[in-house]
Amino acid sequence: MEYQAKELFAKHGVATTLGVVVETPEAAKAAAEELGGVTVVKAQVKAGGRGKAGGVKLAKTADEAFEHASNILGMEIKGLTVNRVLVTPATPPVEEYYFSFLLDRANRGHLCIASVEGGVEIEEVAKTNPEAVRQIRIDALEGVTPEKAAAIVDEAKFPAELRDQAIEMVQKLWKVYTEEDATLVEVNPLARLEGDKLEALDGKVSLDENASEVRHPDHEQFEIREEADPLEAKAKDLGLNYVKLDGEVGIIGNGAGLVMSTLDVVAYAGEKHGGVKPANFLDIGGGANATVMANGLDVILNDEQVKSVFVNVFGGITACDEVANGIKGALEILGDNATKPLVVRLDGNNVEQGRAILAELAHPLVTVVDTMDGAADKAAELANA
Amino acid sequence: MTIYLNKDSKIIVQGITGGMGSKHTTLMLQADADIVGGVNARKAGTTVELNGKELPVFGTVEEAMKETGANVSVAFVPPAFTKDACIEAIDAEIPLLVVITEGVPVQDTAEVFAYLQGKKTRMIGPNCPGIISPEESLAGITPHTIAGKGPIGLVSKSGTLTYQMMYELRDFGFTTAIGIGGDPIIGTTHIDALEAFEADPETKAIVMIGEIGGDAEERAAAYIKEHVTKPVVGYVAGFTAPEGKTMGHAGAIVSGSSGTAQAKKEALEAAGVKVGKTPSETAELMREIMKNL
Repeated sequence: MEYQAKELFAKHGVATTLGVVVETPEAAKAAAEELGGVTVVKAQVKAGGRGKAGGVKLAKTADEAFEHASNILGMEIKGLTVNRVLVTPATPPVEEYYFSFLLDRANRGHLCIASVEGGVEIEEVAKTNPEAVRQIRIDALEGVTPEKAAAIVDEAKFPAELRDQAIEMVQKLWKVYTEEDATLVEVNPLARLEGDKLEALDGKVSLDENASEVRHPDHEQFEIREEADPLEAKAKDLGLNYVKLDGEVGIIGNGAGLVMSTLDVVAYAGEKHGGVKPANFLDIGGGANATVMANGLDVILNDEQVKSVFVNVFGGITACDEVANGIKGALEILGDNATKPLVVRLDGNNVEQGRAILAELAHPLVTVVDTMDGAADKAAELANA
Repeated sequence: MTIYLNKDSKIIVQGITGGMGSKHTTLMLQADADIVGGVNARKAGTTVELNGKELPVFGTVEEAMKETGANVSVAFVPPAFTKDACIEAIDAEIPLLVVITEGVPVQDTAEVFAYLQGKKTRMIGPNCPGIISPEESLAGITPHTIAGKGPIGLVSKSGTLTYQMMYELRDFGFTTAIGIGGDPIIGTTHIDALEAFEADPETKAIVMIGEIGGDAEERAAAYIKEHVTKPVVGYVAGFTAPEGKTMGHAGAIVSGSSGTAQAKKEALEAAGVKVGKTPSETAELMREIMKNL
């Protein structure tokens, strides 16, 4: 979110105005009084187009800040509820520019995008005047040296009177990008204020989750718990790789690729069964033991939309008998809480033993189907019953 | 023939003494891979016994190569140390480096990739199952029991989909199956593998498996159109993935309208690749091709 991006900007010395983050209209009023003068009340959600959605308003007085905050708090922007607003001094820009560093997957390195035209409407500028949007590749080993920063500023044609400021800001933004392990650092708009002062007026930072895990324990503070889906939050606490979707067939599988594929196969099968869809992505990885399986089933069975569950496992390293025992153990752990039909497809390593365990279990909720397509069809049928 | 890895490959394991490293070294030995030693700076000079074989542990990749003639390294090193392990292997000029580790910071991989340019090492991964040339060798974690040797070449971003597809086509078998990994930046791409399979006389047809995120599949499609004469069958996972959500693999994310499965499928089909809607339909398409070869 904007205020979090600005905190990271400030941490690395990038010129910006932090403002005050508040969660009530009363606090917004107090903040506006404290700041004095004209303020801007800005919705804080992880979505673009906040201004167009009515989430950014100018307040001439503290009472106006109260009024705007009352309207903005609780409003929905692109499906996200606004729970907090940022109150900042109004600093009308003389000119607006665009600047970002981002991961360049295609070239397997980093990219800088800069434009002295447009600012907020950068996507429009990219279409109508692509020449104005400069893309500059950054060597991952060399990074952004003072010389490189100067080359970027010149290439983007920043005004001469801002050149030194811009070079300094580019280097500081590169520090934000590398030292925080970001995959995107975007300043939009990068504003030229009265008195030729450059400032990051709004911005966005995306952090690499792998890096946060490995070397930035402090990044946890940026996670906004109440905005996460409650089931996703629960799954995360259990250490599960889960994404909630809008559908009726719960999915458990092993391996990201196979689970993605399972969702697709269920969606195709659903076309024949009243349009039922997959309810979630859940990858339990290689360790499909009883606890992991029980945790996974627990999350999925708590999804009220779910009507049936499809467990799709290909035993590679994991043996299918371990998986079958995992399902058996999970059903024992869950007891009467397991209420929805389970379709299981096992293939690969020790498949015969695995199927034998489930046959012996003869649990009334469990149906074993031999193929992935057949099992998806059965699960979709049960979800539509 | 196979690509990148064959029965003469001599393999060392970086991180051989760790949990993952020792477990999978045992499995690689069971697959008859010629594992000749391991690397762990803190345990240099010792040995480890795995699958009944006494393996020497060296302090550096360079030393291990000198002593054993190793030409492949498989890295099972924790993500925080993966960058250093890769740079060490590249400096030692190991011809093939397979990085299994999941969770490597992407800026580290970007640095390693930049460092690789102009060097003698081919890197596969990170975040991948590695490479198997059935009945010859295994450098990674792909189960060697799924399928035997045969005329199909397989390249995939995903591990379990590699296993699934090998299983579906186990009656034909594979020259080499390579999992290139699901991270946003990887060392060996679909295009590299396609080029190698095209050049390999024993590979008669190629299965290419992709997933949402990035534009590697689109670029592979363009490459196939220009350079690949062998039949290629494709599969793309993630048609139902919502925008902006990472689906398990760090690189598997649809951003705005880019990186969608539909776009990838269309690009592949425009290049003359038959694309299956499901893994089994994809296997069926390959079956048809093999019948008519």
